[in-house]
Amino acid sequence: MSIALLLTVGGLTSVGLYLITSRSLSRIILGFALLGHASVLALLMSGGPAGRAPIADGSGSDGFANPLPQALALTAIVISFGLTLFLLALASRQKDHTGDDLVEDDIEDSRIAEVKQ
Amino acid sequence: MNALVATVILAPLLAASFGIAVRHKARVRDVLTLTGLASAFVASLGIFAEVYRNGTSVIRVGDWSPELGIVLVADTFAVLMLPVALAIILIVELFAIAQRRTEWGANPELTGPLLGVLTMGVSLAVLTGDLFTLFVAFELILVSSYVLLTHQGQQAQIRSGMTYVVMNLFSSTLFLFGIAFVYSATGTVNMALLAERIPELSDGVRLGIGAWFFVVFGTKAAVFPLFSWLPDSYPTAPTTITAVFAGLLTKIGIYAMIRFHTLTGMDAMGPVLLIIAGATMIVGALGALAQSDVKRILSFHIISQIGYMLMGLGLFSAAGTTGAIVFLIHHMPVKTVLFLVGGLIENDQGTSNLDRNGGLAARRPLIAGLFAVPALSLAGLPPFSGFVAKFSVISAGIAEAATPVVVMALIAGALTLLSMTKIWLGVFWGSKPDKSKPVRVSAANRRLMLGATGLAVGLSLFISFYAGTLVELGERAATELRNSDVYISEVLR
Repeated sequence: MSIALLLTVGGLTSVGLYLITSRSLSRIILGFALLGHASVLALLMSGGPAGRAPIADGSGSDGFANPLPQALALTAIVISFGLTLFLLALASRQKDHTGDDLVEDDIEDSRIAEVKQ
Repeated sequence: MNALVATVILAPLLAASFGIAVRHKARVRDVLTLTGLASAFVASLGIFAEVYRNGTSVIRVGDWSPELGIVLVADTFAVLMLPVALAIILIVELFAIAQRRTEWGANPELTGPLLGVLTMGVSLAVLTGDLFTLFVAFELILVSSYVLLTHQGQQAQIRSGMTYVVMNLFSSTLFLFGIAFVYSATGTVNMALLAERIPELSDGVRLGIGAWFFVVFGTKAAVFPLFSWLPDSYPTAPTTITAVFAGLLTKIGIYAMIRFHTLTGMDAMGPVLLIIAGATMIVGALGALAQSDVKRILSFHIISQIGYMLMGLGLFSAAGTTGAIVFLIHHMPVKTVLFLVGGLIENDQGTSNLDRNGGLAARRPLIAGLFAVPALSLAGLPPFSGFVAKFSVISAGIAEAATPVVVMALIAGALTLLSMTKIWLGVFWGSKPDKSKPVRVSAANRRLMLGATGLAVGLSLFISFYAGTLVELGERAATELRNSDVYISEVLR
């Protein structure tokens, strides 16, 4: 397992986590993009050491990279593409309604909290 | 068998794709969607009959070996879940057609086709035999639910939709990380191979994987403390959409959790699961008491009821798993009916707020009746299915001497009855304090809505009548899950 890849996954995850804790949806989208990259890298790492050749003719797996995690990573990338677009559309619609793209509190919940005080 | 499984997964998708193409012709679109959903439901009954007679059936998609390819596994647990889930979606779509005609006229509305995509995801999630296909199925369900929740574009829906999407997207990302960890540790994502290899891992790694997937499935199932997105987002969606979400989505999460944690033998997590189960029940029930809106009360009860299923799972005994499965099957139609009745109330009174409601029992006794049956069932009163379900979970708890969680389950049951009484007092008795404008519903549409709700009540009563058979099937499913050898040998044969 490569330390460089491991550190990259850790770095991407921490920056991504920091970004998705913010209120602004555009920052959250960037956060999810980074988290998505981190998870894809983690998937790739789970297939064995980096730098091996892909399977060329299917004749044997010794010394070749494991193709299964790569297939999984590809699916994950496609899904995260679609979801990023959906989040962008959501942010744009929120801007139409309120003029910003901030994630807001549960209105009914805040109302009940005020009743209690 | 192959054709039946293909129908269950592909018919709703085909209906959805063509439905989107002809969305401007409301009648063609609705007939297409109904045909797709109905054929999936009929096929699921066929699968049920086949598995009931001949036991677990395994399908290798593309004939790849289980290590490399996708396997679909129809065992007793899956075929118990599938017909109930598909029946619920079909019934809700019937209700939704009437609701759409009322609210939208002949608008090119996409609810039907989107429900088709969601149905495909549900079928795939229930039948799949590997973790990654489960991830893809979850994404199918979630992406269609994101669009269903927000596609009307009103401000409240966008606001709560953002929380919902961000929460669920985060748990999906964790799922992906979890798959990477599992693959590093075991070299496979196939459930049967995982059931073989995970128990051999060292304790730390094994429990790490168990805890990680508990968080992943727990966020989707809305367990304490990962539930706050649910009561915020569900009530803002159109009623018909909420009915599907309430009946199915969190249940798919708990389904995946029961399957994964039992098959891979996470028995050591039991005590933690029981503590969380107790907290989930109590917090959900107390949360419901504080609310003053029918839909929000019902949303908090989803959380509370998830606690019972989690308790059954957390006991990690044959009786406990049986209880969790019986509870799961009982809960789906009951919760759907309650939300459909919420929709009827909203149409008739113009609001679902308790303070602005009242006197419905005198004016519409039929709606009161349709509410009373599932409400009493939810509270766990005999002779309804809720009693059998709660009885199996709680007696399993007593057998395992898990006294604190049993006490909490009983308290939560009493609190549930209390908030059902609160809805009854607020909506059905007394007089209506203000004149909120009712929605104008034509006679034909009203009949269709009442008919669909009646069908759902019928499904719930059917489960009550055949509760004995359900418990037997639940025991069979629990045995299959707990003795993973059978599952492993069937899949890898």
